[in-house]
Amino acid sequence: MSDKLLVIGEARDGVLRNVTFEAIAAAKKINSDGEIVGVLCGNDDLDTQAQEMIYYGADRVVTVQHDELEAYTSEGYGQAILPVIDDESPNGIIMGHTAIGKDLTPKLASKLETGLISDATEIEVEGDKAVFIRPIYSGKAFEKKTISSGLTFATIRPNNIPALERDESRSGDVNTKEVDIANIRTVIKEVIRKASEGVDLSEANVIIAGGRGVKSEEGFKPLYELADVLGGAVGASRGACDAEYCDYALQIGQTGKVVTPDLYIAVGISGAIQHLAGMSNSKVIVAINKDPESNIFNVADYGIVGDLFDVVPKLIEEVKKLK
Amino acid sequence: MNIYVLLKKTFDTEEKIAVSNGRIEDDGAEYIINPYDEYAVEEAIKQKDAHGGEVTVVTVGDEDSEKQLRTALAMGADKAVLINTEDDLEDGDQFTTAKILQTYFEDKEADLILAGNVAIDEASGQVGPRLAESLGIPYITTITALEIDGDTVKIDKDVEGDVEKIETSLPVLVTCQQGLNDPRYPSLPGIMKAKKKPLEELEIDDLDLEEEDVEAKTNTVDIFLPPEKEAGRVLEGEIDDQVQELVSLLKNDAKVL
Repeated sequence: MSDKLLVIGEARDGVLRNVTFEAIAAAKKINSDGEIVGVLCGNDDLDTQAQEMIYYGADRVVTVQHDELEAYTSEGYGQAILPVIDDESPNGIIMGHTAIGKDLTPKLASKLETGLISDATEIEVEGDKAVFIRPIYSGKAFEKKTISSGLTFATIRPNNIPALERDESRSGDVNTKEVDIANIRTVIKEVIRKASEGVDLSEANVIIAGGRGVKSEEGFKPLYELADVLGGAVGASRGACDAEYCDYALQIGQTGKVVTPDLYIAVGISGAIQHLAGMSNSKVIVAINKDPESNIFNVADYGIVGDLFDVVPKLIEEVKKLK
Repeated sequence: MNIYVLLKKTFDTEEKIAVSNGRIEDDGAEYIINPYDEYAVEEAIKQKDAHGGEVTVVTVGDEDSEKQLRTALAMGADKAVLINTEDDLEDGDQFTTAKILQTYFEDKEADLILAGNVAIDEASGQVGPRLAESLGIPYITTITALEIDGDTVKIDKDVEGDVEKIETSLPVLVTCQQGLNDPRYPSLPGIMKAKKKPLEELEIDDLDLEEEDVEAKTNTVDIFLPPEKEAGRVLEGEIDDQVQELVSLLKNDAKVL
């Protein structure tokens, strides 16, 4: 079994995303006796984040701090992380399959002339080999992949591999790596934030998603209320986004976010294959739709055939009674 | 402008998936241009119409990939290249494809390379960024707008719903996200013309590559279908009772509340 695995951490608004801790758990699974080294990039002090990685199972953390790392660019992060990989010569690298993970890891893999297994949802260890399970054909099938030569390099889908228990008694070294970053050819001029504040859709445990059946922006209000009482987030089908009931930032499906919550409540969603690709691995699926023939009922664990404007408010009341 | 599109054929989105002996059954399957690559073809044609130049569509595939290349030519691409690996390679991976493309592109002086942000079959999204890196050009993934003015390139990039306004310069590789454009349907005259447009066929030998140069770095050891889900329960009775039952099921049976 390998000796050392790097886990590349990722923060959003200064807070590490949960998938970073899941990546540590994944690395631990592959490499139970080996050393796990976290890597963090940013322009600010990264010590607090580094400590968090250690609490969640990293043995030590290398931070790279540079003005050019304020926002993610593949060129900046590439120049920051490659020297760390060079120093550490790990046997493997694990990162979250997020917008940044998807963008960065093929670059690193190309530079290192190595394989890369993207978007794994499960890891099994057979003998001394890690076997990665990943969905293909929009989740209609799964493949098992192994690395045949070189680094064990993989990205993991958020919300699938549980993070380890946070343990504040853990300690480890945090070292800073000085790097030169130059010749950045892609410049971010502006970021238009659309993703809603609060619960990150790809990491939410409960998602209430609305489709065309919700009929209007106004119609989403009860969905927000239900999400609120359940401590979840609101998502949408492409149809609802196209109809401008909500922003594309909420879109779940092949084009939008791929989510794996514990509970997914599909409200007024017909269940097109492109939508299912984004949510069919959810642990429990509830469908509320007035058309009993809707495809969504084929993937749902529980279904209510009825008018969502009647059902959702009643559901809110019923959930409130639990509290 | 010298514009290239990376194209892959994929199963039609409606295709049922069957597995035998750890392989996806592909007998009689209908193939289409990977939907995200269709945005790339459309965008290439639009940029050519605006700035002049030539659009070349490149695929690493097999003999049957000609059909999707002809479709791209019918949409308005000028030339197609099929790098046929059928006789030489058993199992490739993203390293394999990127390496073949890298070798192909080494003497091409591409200004703009467009690809889909992901293929809907294997969905790794690696080949575009890998290729750009190996060619030493910048790349931007999941773009939803592209504006070229001289050498300056202005791009909207979708980042999990947020939009990044990015500026870079040619040459560049971009991967296309839904929302970038509405791909056209090939017209009848387009289809007629496509039959006569040049389609070059290459093998890895023509690129001076040996099998071991492009040997996959990963192995697919098995492919399986997800366990058949038990048929869901559609609740019955008065809506009030259904809602009560649902909450009780979620709390006590599914234990998610």
